[in-house]
Amino acid sequence: MNFVPKMNRRSFFVGTAAVGGGMALGLDFGVGPNVVRAADGSPEVGVWVVIRPDNTTVIRIARSEMGQGTLTGLAQLVAEELECDWSKVTTEYPTPGESVARKRAWGAFSTGGSRGIRESEKYVREGGAAARMMLVQAAANEWKVPASECTASNSTVKHSSGKTLTYGKLAEAAAKLELPKEIKLKDPKDWKIAGKPLLRLDTPDKVIGKTEYGIDVKVPGMLNASIKQCPVFGGKVKGYDAAKVEKMPGVKKVVQVGDNAVAVVADTFWHAKTALDALPIQWDTAGNEKVDSASIAKFLETGLDPDQPAFVGNQNGDIKAAIAGAAKKVEAVYSYPYQNHAPMEPMNATALVTADKCEVWCGTQDGEAAFAAAVSASGLPANKVDVHKVMLGGGFGRRGRVDYVIQAVSIAKQMPGTPVKLLWTREEDMQHCFYHPITQCKMVGTFDKDNNLTGLHMRISGQSILATVFPARMENGKDPVTFQGLNPTGETAFGYSVPNLLIDHAMRNPHVPAGFWRGVNVNHNAIYVESFMDELAHSIGVDALEFRRKLMTKHPKHLAVLNAVAEKIGWGKPLPPGHHLGLSQMMGFGSYVAGAAEVSVEGDKIKIHRIVGATDPGFAVNPAQIDRQVAGSFVYGLSALFYGEITIKDGAVEQGNFDTYNSMRIAEMPKVESIIMPSGHTPWGGVGEPTILVAAPAVLNAYFRATGKRIRSFPLKNHNLQIA
Amino acid sequence: MVRLNINGKDHDVDVDPNTPLLWAIRENVGLTGTKYGCGIAQCGACTVHLDGVATRSCSFPASAAVGKKIVTIEGLAQNGVLHKVQKAWVEHDVPQCGYCQSGMIMAVAELLKNKPKPTDADIDREITNICRCGTFQQVRAAIHAAANA
Repeated sequence: MNFVPKMNRRSFFVGTAAVGGGMALGLDFGVGPNVVRAADGSPEVGVWVVIRPDNTTVIRIARSEMGQGTLTGLAQLVAEELECDWSKVTTEYPTPGESVARKRAWGAFSTGGSRGIRESEKYVREGGAAARMMLVQAAANEWKVPASECTASNSTVKHSSGKTLTYGKLAEAAAKLELPKEIKLKDPKDWKIAGKPLLRLDTPDKVIGKTEYGIDVKVPGMLNASIKQCPVFGGKVKGYDAAKVEKMPGVKKVVQVGDNAVAVVADTFWHAKTALDALPIQWDTAGNEKVDSASIAKFLETGLDPDQPAFVGNQNGDIKAAIAGAAKKVEAVYSYPYQNHAPMEPMNATALVTADKCEVWCGTQDGEAAFAAAVSASGLPANKVDVHKVMLGGGFGRRGRVDYVIQAVSIAKQMPGTPVKLLWTREEDMQHCFYHPITQCKMVGTFDKDNNLTGLHMRISGQSILATVFPARMENGKDPVTFQGLNPTGETAFGYSVPNLLIDHAMRNPHVPAGFWRGVNVNHNAIYVESFMDELAHSIGVDALEFRRKLMTKHPKHLAVLNAVAEKIGWGKPLPPGHHLGLSQMMGFGSYVAGAAEVSVEGDKIKIHRIVGATDPGFAVNPAQIDRQVAGSFVYGLSALFYGEITIKDGAVEQGNFDTYNSMRIAEMPKVESIIMPSGHTPWGGVGEPTILVAAPAVLNAYFRATGKRIRSFPLKNHNLQIA
Repeated sequence: MVRLNINGKDHDVDVDPNTPLLWAIRENVGLTGTKYGCGIAQCGACTVHLDGVATRSCSFPASAAVGKKIVTIEGLAQNGVLHKVQKAWVEHDVPQCGYCQSGMIMAVAELLKNKPKPTDADIDREITNICRCGTFQQVRAAIHAAANA
């Protein structure tokens, strides 16, 4: 397994007609342009595949691996169409700089929103198929027979006469051919490598400590930096007394980083951190030092007033008339806190800047964004810059941001010719995140005299992610991401039909930066909607499953996953004494998901006996890895439910480490049973995130049935509730 | 200068005696399989064996490890043969991002030495490492598999 790209950049500028991937380009087979070679001299057969003389297949992966299994899944899709020997598959990351130099030969690098596989599945499969067709044609040419008489399997082309040639022997000739014009992909029913529960390609190195993460990068002559950013968001460096620490062991330089941070560069991280701890720094806190969690909550409360202006996400009928004419009205107000991603590996990046070169090594969820950041921060032209991606020690959305890349380049720029690794402490990581946004929500449901649900108003008040991270993507001030799981149609469609519906958002943006998170807006949206569905059902004395089913007749795929978990958890069947069930469903990231929990409650302790999670991602590329993503999503989602809370005092984050920002341990992990039920829908759905969103509401609904208590603010530790 | 015996080899390491063992191992000796996660012995990503005892090296001074046999994840396999915990980890495809797994594996290796057939309750009590990817279900299955290997 080798994540360090081995390509020779000088070779990229030849044969550009051949490097459009297996997508739109392609002419008749014939003598093509120059061969593009990997650094070891092996030829590319299309941009996605390199075949070595020993028959090893190197598959290029543009998206990032951060634990979610995308690297293995994408390789399975390419290998499936390529008909290669899976036991001889290895992978490598092309660099974003190479991709840019080759007119984005590998497409998007961004790995977020559970898009790694679902957004690139078609063109990577086409890349594998194109390479197979070229290898078959090369064999046909060699034998002077029609390609139609040849078949490919297991890295070997076979003629009907029985003659065979391996891919390793054919690669040189195949690489000289043009890409095929028309590519027909296999019917997934015929998959042999894709769709199978294969072991991950990246596991063996991970169990012996060999995998290289950003924190492990070693560059000859490298120094190490530790950084302190203004604790108050929006604040700036006023001054610092470098002389106080310059003589401390190992210290090389004290530098300002941007307008809000100071870093110490030393021979080792430990020396850098020790000196930084001793460095007096004065901050200009820009007035934000007066903000705290209580003032933020008050600010958000103002947005719950239905007369306040709000952006509409989903609307039908006349909610005002429904409320005015209601025989019965149910109301509830919920809130959800800021949360940190807390990936196990704190933020870090290594950079080398010289007069005419900038190189960066880092884990990133978006190689191209990191590349753009390095170009901008170094001030060098794009063709003098590159980013080398390594394994991520967790991402969860945090490593889609590039603040740490900009900082590393800024520091290295002040030490020209010397590579510098910037590593954040856990405390810095906890206090300078792009947090899960904070929101409150007022739900109003109305019934007619026959207990039919006539109206639903969901008013979300709170923070916009796009306002922090991608303001240019806002639509006339509206943040469409806010309505994940609540939209009328699309990849996060609302699963209920209500005659009079209004879902709207009063935007309130505190000074704390918000960002994407595992699941993110669907997490709190699912808690609000699915808790309230149970509240509505309870208010009229109707079974929670039956209540939902009545509203879901026009949403058969939402209903199918809900029915699946209800059946598996034993909804409506006798339970052990003291055990209670809860349900939830939602659509996120193109997948339909549902959850069911069986809990018992003793005093302040909630025992989760079973969790069932169902997902319909359309197609299942690796069921074993989906199963692990489902289980992992519940750990992440339940950690958020029980423990996850970032609070603000004097404008800064109060939490510093895992002692104040807890995360679930193995003893608290409930048994998770997954149901993977791909229904063949297109576009495909994702799997890294969707099931997180049904974790919390399923448990909350079960807790209500056990105790009669409805929890509407989070995390549960604030209600003195623990996982037993 | 402290002399550290790591994976059977002596290293003379030029660090202040109070430097955490983790950083001496990672930065001075150059073995990076042992990870930094929190620096306050909460998460367990930095777990190594000191004379066979699983120890969170981020909060343990390098000087206190002098004279002890230190084993890191790189030294767990013997003569190129994976430890039974590592084998079970491969067979059950336990790691996701993998960052916490060096520490997790070292903690489990010690558990199995002391309790060759741990119960679920033993696992719950002894394995307290944080894994944000949420691999616990596979961790538990692989521990039982390693115990029965």
